[in-house]
Amino acid sequence: MGKYIVRRILQMIPVVLGATFIIFAMVFALPGDPTAGKCGDRPCSPEYVAAFREEHNLNDPLPVQYGKYLGKFVQGDLGTNYYGIPVKEDLAKRYTITGRLALMAIVFEIVIGILAGVLAGVRKGRFIDNLVTVSTLFVISIPVFVIGVLLQYQFGIKWGLVPATVPSLEAPTSSLILPAFVLGSISIAYVARLTRTNLVENLRADYVRTAVAKGLTKRRAVGVHTLRNSLIPVVTYIGADFGGLLGGAIVTERIFNIQGVGGYIWKGINSRDGVAVVSTVTVLVIVYLLVNLLVDLLYGVLDPRISHE
Amino acid sequence: MTTTTKSVAPASAYKPDSEGRLLEVDDLYVEFHTAEGIAKAINGVSFDLRQGETLAILGESGSGKSVTAQAIMGILDMPPAVIPSGAIRYCGEDLLTMPEEQRRKARGPEISIIFQDALSSLNPTFPVGWQIGEMFRQHRGMNRSDAYAQAVRLMERVAIPAAKERVKSYPHQFSGGMRQRIMIAMAIALDPAVLIADEPTTALDVTVQAQIMALLAELQDERQMGLILITHDLGVVADVADRAAVMYAGRIVAKADIEDLYARPAHPYTRGLLESIPRLDQKGQTLAAIGGLPPNLTRIPPGCTFNPRCRMSQDICREQEPDLLPIAGQMSRCHFAEEVLNG
Repeated sequence: MGKYIVRRILQMIPVVLGATFIIFAMVFALPGDPTAGKCGDRPCSPEYVAAFREEHNLNDPLPVQYGKYLGKFVQGDLGTNYYGIPVKEDLAKRYTITGRLALMAIVFEIVIGILAGVLAGVRKGRFIDNLVTVSTLFVISIPVFVIGVLLQYQFGIKWGLVPATVPSLEAPTSSLILPAFVLGSISIAYVARLTRTNLVENLRADYVRTAVAKGLTKRRAVGVHTLRNSLIPVVTYIGADFGGLLGGAIVTERIFNIQGVGGYIWKGINSRDGVAVVSTVTVLVIVYLLVNLLVDLLYGVLDPRISHE
Repeated sequence: MTTTTKSVAPASAYKPDSEGRLLEVDDLYVEFHTAEGIAKAINGVSFDLRQGETLAILGESGSGKSVTAQAIMGILDMPPAVIPSGAIRYCGEDLLTMPEEQRRKARGPEISIIFQDALSSLNPTFPVGWQIGEMFRQHRGMNRSDAYAQAVRLMERVAIPAAKERVKSYPHQFSGGMRQRIMIAMAIALDPAVLIADEPTTALDVTVQAQIMALLAELQDERQMGLILITHDLGVVADVADRAAVMYAGRIVAKADIEDLYARPAHPYTRGLLESIPRLDQKGQTLAAIGGLPPNLTRIPPGCTFNPRCRMSQDICREQEPDLLPIAGQMSRCHFAEEVLNG
């Protein structure tokens, strides 16, 4: 197990290097001038531009820039953005809300998604199954911004049940319920369908027939024997989704005015803020890889046939 | 190694009926309602089983052997399976009309089953000891650690080496023969009166087959279980079975004591099966095989179901279905049973 983890972490190094280099090169290739909007309505003085370009290594060729950047990154220095604020500080702040939002969305996926999937699976072909199958298809077919705006209008504005927007980074958890639901909505639908399909398939398995032949109650045969096997792929899906959600959600954040990681990258790209974008993406890549490693380890716990020795 | 395992079973509420029968299958019909039509899997099957007796049910794939077993266990998927008529009486009580909860409680402590493929029949995600112990936890309300102790005892009984160390291993960590032993340990855990072994050795290699059959015979002898041994392999049953019923297209076509079945088959199908067993003294000769295929169960031919493949087939065989009639201490469903017997 320990060996496996070390090997996996070593494998992450080329992935992180590759991903950051691609992002770095893309930001480098973006048209536009980072100093363009710095000095109000007037163009910046040549002295300022020169100093700015010098400070951010913008005069060096791409590989040198990348090398200098990487050297700082491995020392834990994520650099400062073009406003002079350390990216690390910005990210830490924004992660408090993105992390909460992602966790809550995952809770929705687990609770609503799995519950709906199980109900549909055990009552295959009945009303509840059709309800779940059709409603999830509906959710999957609608773009998330439509769902977001609709729910925001209904629950936040018309009925006033929840705050329509998230006022600040320290906003109470209750104000994140609706955004988290919207953020997780499509995945809730996928989780429900995945659970249903796997459950239906496993209910036909030989070992479930054995469970029934052992005189187990139906609840035990389905709830213990079938469900455990059916949830293995669902856990993988949810884990990968969690990794993705930690990267922020540009659309959902926009709708609900959340100052999260997604918006930070968006802003970084728009203002040609190379350091902010590259550092954030690098952190996201690392987080995603770590979450994936955790999922793989969990997979081994759920399915003893998978060995990490 | 051999420990007596009688002590854990409380007295059963079931007692063999007035004629000493544990199990009586009476004119059972099973159909599968599918998109392609109604498949008549079982058509009027009757047999009984007594304490300490071994009944072999023989037949090809699709003859209805396993469906019969699953109907007895009550584990057919209904729908698509439908049981239009018939009775399965356990100690005089009809399992088919019994309330489901009562029937569930009989699965395991009264009647249990061993399946063919132990790898797919055991849950891959739970330790084997946990799966054996589950019998005690469900039916006896035992706690987890006591159930594990019982599992170790049973694994020792079915001769799994280092049972104590292996009780927390998973099914995939065992060999095929050991896995089948675990299935057996699970099936006999609560001391059932009837044990159904549905092709218990088909997935195993020959030396292991013999060991498993010996184990089953030994356990049956020790506990005086009624054993139903379902197989297509006539070689497997010769030593263990007392009686045999031969099934074809969902019907019993012959019933006999095991010696008679081998020595003097009274049905052409039985004889065909016997002739198709490879024998050492016939090395180099072409192996006799029964030509043709079993009928499609959605379109069973009129007359004798075996007639399209029968060498002795006459006009009457295509027109009139023979009844299962006694002949020389056996039963045969053939218009020419006497000729078969003597020829």
